[in-house]
Amino acid sequence: MGDVTHELPDRIPTRLVINGVSHTLDLLPWTTLLDALRDHLALTGTKKGCDHGQCGACTVLIDGRRVNSCLTLAVMKDSAEITTIEGLAKDGALHPLQQAFIDHDAFQCGYCTPGQICSAAGLLAEGRARDADQIRELMSGNL
Amino acid sequence: MNGYVGTPTSRVDGRAKVTGAAKYAGEFTADRLVHGFVVEATIPRGRIAQLDTSEALKVAGVLDVLTHANRPSLADKDDAWKDEVAPEGSPFRPLYDDTIKFNGQPIALVVAEEWATAKFAATLVRIDYEQAEFATDLEAERGGASEMDKPHKPRGDAAGALAAAALRHEADYLIPTEHHNPMELYATTTVWEGDGKLTVYDKTQGVQNVQKFLCGVFDKKPEDIRVLSPYVGGAFGSGLRPQYQVVLATLAALALKRSVRVVLTRQQMYGLGYRPMTIERVALGAKSDGTLDAVTHEAIAVTSRYEDFARNDTGWAEQLYSSPNSSFSHKLVHLDVSTPSDMRAPGAASGVCALECAMDELAVALNLDPIELRLKCYSDRDQSENLPYTSKQLRQCYARGAEAFGWGRRDPAPRSMRDGKELVGWGMATGVWEALQMPVAVRIVLTSNGHAEVSCAASDIGTGTYTIVAQVAADALGLPIENISVRLADSTLPQAPVEGGSWMAASSAHAVLGAAEDIRQELARHAQAMPSSPLAGVDAQDIILAEGTIAKAGERGRAISIADAMRYGKLERIEKQKLNEFPEDKSHARNTHSAVFAEVKVDEELGVIRVTRVVSAVAAGRILNTKTGRSQIMGGVVWGIGMALHEETVMDHRFGRIMNANIAEYHIPVNADVHDIDVIFVDEPDTHINKLGVKGLGEIGIVGVPAAIANAVYHATGKRIRRFPITLDKLLG
Ligand code: FES
Repeated sequence: MGDVTHELPDRIPTRLVINGVSHTLDLLPWTTLLDALRDHLALTGTKKGCDHGQCGACTVLIDGRRVNSCLTLAVMKDSAEITTIEGLAKDGALHPLQQAFIDHDAFQCGYCTPGQICSAAGLLAEGRARDADQIRELMSGNL
Repeated sequence: MNGYVGTPTSRVDGRAKVTGAAKYAGEFTADRLVHGFVVEATIPRGRIAQLDTSEALKVAGVLDVLTHANRPSLADKDDAWKDEVAPEGSPFRPLYDDTIKFNGQPIALVVAEEWATAKFAATLVRIDYEQAEFATDLEAERGGASEMDKPHKPRGDAAGALAAAALRHEADYLIPTEHHNPMELYATTTVWEGDGKLTVYDKTQGVQNVQKFLCGVFDKKPEDIRVLSPYVGGAFGSGLRPQYQVVLATLAALALKRSVRVVLTRQQMYGLGYRPMTIERVALGAKSDGTLDAVTHEAIAVTSRYEDFARNDTGWAEQLYSSPNSSFSHKLVHLDVSTPSDMRAPGAASGVCALECAMDELAVALNLDPIELRLKCYSDRDQSENLPYTSKQLRQCYARGAEAFGWGRRDPAPRSMRDGKELVGWGMATGVWEALQMPVAVRIVLTSNGHAEVSCAASDIGTGTYTIVAQVAADALGLPIENISVRLADSTLPQAPVEGGSWMAASSAHAVLGAAEDIRQELARHAQAMPSSPLAGVDAQDIILAEGTIAKAGERGRAISIADAMRYGKLERIEKQKLNEFPEDKSHARNTHSAVFAEVKVDEELGVIRVTRVVSAVAAGRILNTKTGRSQIMGGVVWGIGMALHEETVMDHRFGRIMNANIAEYHIPVNADVHDIDVIFVDEPDTHINKLGVKGLGEIGIVGVPAAIANAVYHATGKRIRRFPITLDKLLG
């Protein structure tokens, strides 16, 4: 193509620890954690439904807390412990939430499901929900 | 055969979906994959005067910017652009020329090494327009509506009967524009395989539809393009027709001879299809005893200027209730918008909403219980065709639904029931949909280790096709479901239409039965030919497949293992492919029905509405899978809550542009909005419709729900809101 006059900013070496495995990526500073997972690491279990923090499909656990990865720049999470849907099952055994989602058919197309499950895992860790209504309220960031 | 069919079998693709292993269209990758980002028009009508891509091309990492001016060749005849379900008209062609037909129309594709780079460069594309006069407001343009020349069958003299009716109710109900908003963004990954051959991973409800369409648009041979959509993250009708991103990704792949992925943004998806805004005018005339004497229903709906999209809004009023006098009409207003598309229960969700609200208003005027009114004009025959139904257990839906809901405890007076500061309302409505079935082919490959692969081009858009196909195959082949693997949604697999209209369950299940029957016959032949076969002399029709064996029905001791029979026949595998077509039969009407009961609680001071309970009693023939079937109905109910209370695409008619093109401002129900939903499947044996008695469940779950909720809101508050969605400002206003 013609002359390049819009140079891209310098790439930033970033160490992402995902599901216990360390990856070092050279990322443009604007790369979201979501795009780093999906486009750079082929971890496509984390979904993009809006890219604007409106749907929760991109929910992952960062240091145990649920976070919208589309609103998180990857470079900000250097060395943080990130768990995605791919990391919830241990040694081939599903996480109890994953099994419960299958048993109760808590999904159809499955696209919001990884976000729902990661969010539910975060919710359980928070320990705030006491009844079904509180669970509904605290799961309402996941469409 | 009876083992898995009819049981709550868990989804066979469940593990893939809960572990993140299931791959959707925008998640396939390829060597040297590049990313496209769409630039959209910001005016609703006119032409591109100038399109300057020079700045965008100067961004490092940008490879190309495709526009109408520099694109590779595209078909120039409408026929090539008409897909399997295209309406009458001249389909939209992305990047075809400089004409702008709607706001949000794609006009350029920026292709770059990384997605974010393409997105940034897209902001540097400069467009000058010549804007033309435009119109986007249905209500303002209502007078310009033109009648569709669809066959409507008037009965008697509706106008005369209405004028003479003891009691008359007539009103307009407004259904707004609604967008599907599947959770998965529209996406295509077109893989350049070399030599002009392409593998296209596309978000679609019909891979063969897209494959044929792309071959036409790009003048390709069938063997050059293969389309796959193994998982689809929701579609609800928006993926019936090929969407423009599949054209753009493929166009770019051909231009660059590289693999290209195009993912639309949520905002851009508001430039695709939608449920058309419709003014539904319903008039009912009753005799003083509460029987209907006249029904008229006129629908006035939006379409684009280039295609006549019209669905069956009024046919339900035509068919459902007995009334000697009736007339119907469907009109279209052509506006500067994109063409609407099918959206869950197209026509019925809107039309039945109006009809069932009107029936409630009539019941109030007649001082009749809403169920009683419906029973007074209950019809065992399809009123429009004067045909009996293959089965119709709607009476049972009313009875079982009412009982589960506790309808008998309802005080009919509005504002009579309370729970603290909240007014309580109970409403009900009828739902109806068609039970359609289509030709589908299935291939079964049985291997001597007792495993079978069942394959078909049909898509599973979350409806559970993988699972029911596995269930039916397991039963028909007498194998455990773990031994069945199902491959779907690959255009090279046996023929299937788009997945829609609730026809795929019945259609795919019977195709599986057909192929399995051929396998049974071949196995029986080998088994009977074996030396000292325990099946020697048994009538071939009495030989069944059960528990991994070929056996005499009712005499399981007389059996041979599948492995032994195949070894004897020197067969490693048996492969059978069969196209199943349902015999044409115009002797009966085929429908599913439901009775929906809703409870709302309305904060008297703030007008906040909560749907606290819904009971949906459904008569849909035999339910192949009670677990996934229940989920489908629940999903429909949740959508019905959205249609009643939340969903509305709002347009600023001064700019012809959608103002809430995102899922924060386009409201849908969230977990906190959804409370108790009770799904009841009413027994509805149907020996006429097809062998298994299956009718399909995709649409019926939503139909009737918005009206039941609206009627409950009236019962709670005494206010009748006829413009959907029912929001608190309308209640307080
Ligand atoms: S993709 Fe992050 S919230 Fe929707």
